[in-house]
Amino acid sequence: MADVNIVGFDGSGHSGRAVDYARDRAKNSGAHLHLVLVLEWSPYSFHTPDELAERHKRREQELDRAYKIVQPVTDDLNKAGVNATCEVRHGHVADSLCDIAKEKSANQIVIGRTGDSAIAQRILGGLVLTLAQMAPVPLTIVP
Amino acid sequence: MLKRILWAGASLPLMTTLAHAEGGIDQMISDFVGPIVNPIVSTVFYSVPMFGANVPLIVGWLVIAACVFTVYFGFIQFRGFKHSIEIVRGDYFDPKNAGEVTPFQALATALSGTVGLGNIAGVGVAVYIGGPGATFWMILAGLLGMAAKFTECILGVHYRNEYEDGTVSGGPMYYLSKGLSEQGKASLGKFLAIFFSICCVFGALGGGNMFQANQSFVQISSILPFFEGKGWLFGLIMAAVVGFVIIGGIKSIARVTEKVVPGMAILYVGTALIIILLNITAIPEAIGAIFTGAFAPTAVAGGAVGALIQGFKRAAFSNEAGIGSASIAHSAVQTNHPATEGYVALLEPFIDTVVICTMTSLVIIITGSWAPGSGVTGIALTSQAFESSFSGFGYILAIAAVLFAFSTMISWSYYGLKAWTYMFGEGKTKELTFKLIFCIFVIIGSSMSLGPVIDFSDAMIFAMAIANIIGLYFLMPKVKELVKDYQAKLASGEITKVEK
Repeated sequence: MADVNIVGFDGSGHSGRAVDYARDRAKNSGAHLHLVLVLEWSPYSFHTPDELAERHKRREQELDRAYKIVQPVTDDLNKAGVNATCEVRHGHVADSLCDIAKEKSANQIVIGRTGDSAIAQRILGGLVLTLAQMAPVPLTIVP
Repeated sequence: MLKRILWAGASLPLMTTLAHAEGGIDQMISDFVGPIVNPIVSTVFYSVPMFGANVPLIVGWLVIAACVFTVYFGFIQFRGFKHSIEIVRGDYFDPKNAGEVTPFQALATALSGTVGLGNIAGVGVAVYIGGPGATFWMILAGLLGMAAKFTECILGVHYRNEYEDGTVSGGPMYYLSKGLSEQGKASLGKFLAIFFSICCVFGALGGGNMFQANQSFVQISSILPFFEGKGWLFGLIMAAVVGFVIIGGIKSIARVTEKVVPGMAILYVGTALIIILLNITAIPEAIGAIFTGAFAPTAVAGGAVGALIQGFKRAAFSNEAGIGSASIAHSAVQTNHPATEGYVALLEPFIDTVVICTMTSLVIIITGSWAPGSGVTGIALTSQAFESSFSGFGYILAIAAVLFAFSTMISWSYYGLKAWTYMFGEGKTKELTFKLIFCIFVIIGSSMSLGPVIDFSDAMIFAMAIANIIGLYFLMPKVKELVKDYQAKLASGEITKVEK
């Protein structure tokens, strides 16, 4: 079975570079790229009754919007001869990337560096640092 | 949208001018509505003398219903408690549904509508009038109420309306009309649904709005003398904030309060716990006082029955079991089986009444703040009890009261709106009309001391229970069927815990 690489993608320039990097490697290795867009969501956040009633509709809209960002990139990869799929999921970004890596038996996770300063990362708790601490498979950080 | 907000803003000064002319207008409104509402109030709260005390029949109506559901569902509140915790913890929440409303969120939203002044002020009133023994009856009413919530929330989900755009509407008006028409009682169902909706709209404007605005103004003016006599100004600010959330759709304000409210609840319960721990030696005596007070009280008007009525009444006020309001909030949850929502909902009276109300009354009892006939009652009594251990807590309590009131108002604006759209149909203009009326009532509520109107809104909230519980009696076999089906699926392994 071919290697599976999970690529974190959110439409930003950083994540775009991560996709480029993974694509270039995949062309040689024949790895399967699985692009993942995680929508930050917590099962414990609070909503007004109004928001509860609209939640299902909003979720569909969020998923729709997210697929519009990630699907064209996936299609381009496929056109470029790289085997690629994509997925949008609600949840905690780092947790979800790790979960998907386990589900897909991936052999690495590729993400883009966010470019925040060390201080900002420490205060805000950057995704990169969090992932570095908990990734179940090797993690590649693309500058 | 902006235009609407501006329009809403423009209509407010007019109201404040009216409201500013206090005294006179107060009296005028009282004189005008008094003759209309007094008969309604005395009908809903019709009391019969029993064992030397006046027993309001509506309280008996709620308690008997809660007992019936408890027995009919085989003490589900105890047998199903563990399962409830598992559902709320997310043990049965399919990760594929991430992004949908979780059982925890449904519970938290429904709780933020019920945890409020009832837990702070209501308990103060119950202990003042009913003595420590009222606590015992309050806990019992809370435990029984769990079965009533279980029943109404399952029906709320089962008979909800799902629209093409993915939004949902549910609640007693839908299960009363749809459920009873399934049983060939369409016109009775329609009548009960309309009756419920009318009461719900007035209850939302009264108990869910004016009462909350009024009480939080009293609290704020006690710590900020600037606001004294400026109820209209406080009302205007409060109405603006409420308007931003419900008309302007500025969800961030709601989200902030929704985050602060649980924090406040934790702070409140935490402080109560500390006070209880500091006075741990007084606990056996306090528990003794609660039990003796429940059956053989001294210095309580009406004796044991007096304590019982106070306990039951305040518990019903606080946790709203049997009223039907929570089932409106619970209907929105995404679930494959309505029964799960019943299990989630039965935790509400437990947290609201059995935990939080009991904490309040324990603090009042062990700090020795209860002084029969002293005139210190309601939120003042609770505040005094907390202050005796932590001076300055009165300020925190005042802020907590305002935030609790605010979240209760947001919840009730939604309940009222759902009842309104049930009667008048969905539509932007119709919804906006109700929302504007709701905002205007915030100002009226905080600038006037409308005794009869407040009584009327209390009566309306309890009147919701008349229609709701009649419907629950008719529909409880349906609930049993749904629960049996769910339990069978659990037993067969068709529904299993999600592996983590």
